[in-house]
Amino acid sequence: MTIKIEKVVNGIAASPGIAMGNAMVLSNRDMLVPLRRLEPTQLDDEIGRLMRAIDLSKGQLRETRQMVAKDMGESYARIFDAHVMILEDKRSLDQVVTRIREGYNAEFAFNAVFSKHEKALWEKGDVYIKDRAGDIRDVRKRVLSNLSGTRREAEELSNLDSDVIVIANDLSPADTARMRSERVLAFATDVGGRTSHTAIMARSLEIPATVGLKNVVSQVEDGDLVIVDGNRGRVVIAPSKDTLARYTLEVERYAKVTKGLLRFKDLPAVTIDDRSIMLSANIESHEEVDSVIEHGAEGIGLYRTEFIYIGREGLPGEDEQHRIYKAVATRVAPHPVIIRTMDLGGDKFLSPFESPKEMNPYLGWRGIRFGLARKDIMKTQLRAILRASASGNVKIMYPMISGLEEVISANEILKETKEELGREGQAFDDACEIGIMVETPAAVMIAEELAEHVDFFSIGSNDLIQYALAADRGNEKVAYLYEPLHPAVLRFIKRTIDVGKKSGIWVGLCGEMASDVICAFVLLGLGIDELSASPYVVPEIKEMVRSVYFKDAKAIAEEAVRGTDPEKTKKMVTRSMGKGTPDMPL
Amino acid sequence: MITNLLGMHLRAAAELVKTASQFESEIRLSRDDIVVDAKSIMALLGLEGAQGVEVAVSADGKDEEDALRAVVGLIEAKFNEDE
Repeated sequence: MTIKIEKVVNGIAASPGIAMGNAMVLSNRDMLVPLRRLEPTQLDDEIGRLMRAIDLSKGQLRETRQMVAKDMGESYARIFDAHVMILEDKRSLDQVVTRIREGYNAEFAFNAVFSKHEKALWEKGDVYIKDRAGDIRDVRKRVLSNLSGTRREAEELSNLDSDVIVIANDLSPADTARMRSERVLAFATDVGGRTSHTAIMARSLEIPATVGLKNVVSQVEDGDLVIVDGNRGRVVIAPSKDTLARYTLEVERYAKVTKGLLRFKDLPAVTIDDRSIMLSANIESHEEVDSVIEHGAEGIGLYRTEFIYIGREGLPGEDEQHRIYKAVATRVAPHPVIIRTMDLGGDKFLSPFESPKEMNPYLGWRGIRFGLARKDIMKTQLRAILRASASGNVKIMYPMISGLEEVISANEILKETKEELGREGQAFDDACEIGIMVETPAAVMIAEELAEHVDFFSIGSNDLIQYALAADRGNEKVAYLYEPLHPAVLRFIKRTIDVGKKSGIWVGLCGEMASDVICAFVLLGLGIDELSASPYVVPEIKEMVRSVYFKDAKAIAEEAVRGTDPEKTKKMVTRSMGKGTPDMPL
Repeated sequence: MITNLLGMHLRAAAELVKTASQFESEIRLSRDDIVVDAKSIMALLGLEGAQGVEVAVSADGKDEEDALRAVVGLIEAKFNEDE
């Protein structure tokens, strides 16, 4: 066995929790479909063979359905009714039979028709539709394996004799259903979003899952030690001793947390010595709003709207966007939702603008630079957001600000948009707060000037750290340099907070630092007004805030800013956090 | 208008097929210039009925009125989804 070096792969947090264990990799390759030409006399038999395979598949699906209905409830079970229905689709079956009549074998004929449907759905691009393509693929593979008599790889999941973490390109609902086995500790997949069946089922099974990892399958081998962090949407392959120790601690804390922490749900995030901060959550899709509320976050500190634009044909219209924003604003009211105007570019590209590859996408055409250049797209979005502001507590935030002129121009577009809406007699909140992401070192250094034009700052720590330290955390050779507690990073953050206080505007932070208990403690000490974390970790951060003294956090943060070694800072924080007991109602 | 949260997802499409199949009439759903058979799940999945998309329903046959009422009722009831 080769010795592996720790590798971190970031994806989408699909189901909360943390698990560590040995990987079981499902290769999930598409099977080879044989092509045979048949004599006219063989055709009736071939059609009979197809029908038997289809009946067998339907029987298996009904069995799975019963199993799922019992364990997970009717609503999940209905997925399998739909799968049965796919195999009863008369028009498609007629097409398969026609192909067989033309002299093709059942596997080839069936695969040709069903892959075509699948491909058509896949190419439509919308993320929901892509999931539907996955449903058809699942059914198609089942029939093909029943035709050829091979055992599906995933069948192995139902009789495991040791604990595993399942790593797959994709998992079908049927595969996921088999994972009811206590042997499966967690899973991680290359594809999928938070609303894919896989994610929904993982949550109902209460096992951690991370999806959308792009290429985790190719990086893991059977038996590798892996950690699935379903809270942060991360997979650690071959973790180092330190990482392992840190996660072991977190698993213990998490076990405690999930049991006790939702008790804080309706209580404020306030320290023992009475310093309170606002604790909100980040979302990427309107479907996560329930999770925000369930975990006791006070609103949404960052709504990343780019996911409305990505993976679809054409641009989202004003009404479509308005409906989504309004639904979110209404649901979280009276708490606020901070809607960030689209941050396209960087690693997120809008398909119609799939522009020439940039040498340095993070330093390229993205965020507000894109918005100001495509005023039409920006304006449509601002109109939709402003109209939604009539139905709740909506704030607007511009991403990737590096100069004063950008804020002034964006505000001018906003003003024009408001005037237009006013003339049309559309309702909106004229006092809607405007803020910027502080994520470039330039923005930090001219914060005084920027503060005159906005109502709040929200520090985007992920980008700020990589710009400040000139280290791309996606590059494994330099990822070790990416250190949130680096004194340079902390000085940038402190400067932003101090300027905010002097200028009378509030300052929040919406990057991953807010989701890390130790970093959150230091941020609290630096005087942050708001933290916006992943919904799943909100209870944990709230527990931390409620069990510490602000004066301790302040003292440690001041030392950290002065240049303490990050490792030493972490130790100090851990020691200090262990001191208090949460102010928990009994 | 498709009003359930996830739009025309898999289970919604299945409910629609189930409802439509109870009638003899030909039932069609159309969106812009795409017209599909409401009794075919594959065709419905291809309709791309994201939330908020407007679709028209038409029925033709002996029980067309009942069919129309049932299908429109189902869409308005958000496909009996419980989430």
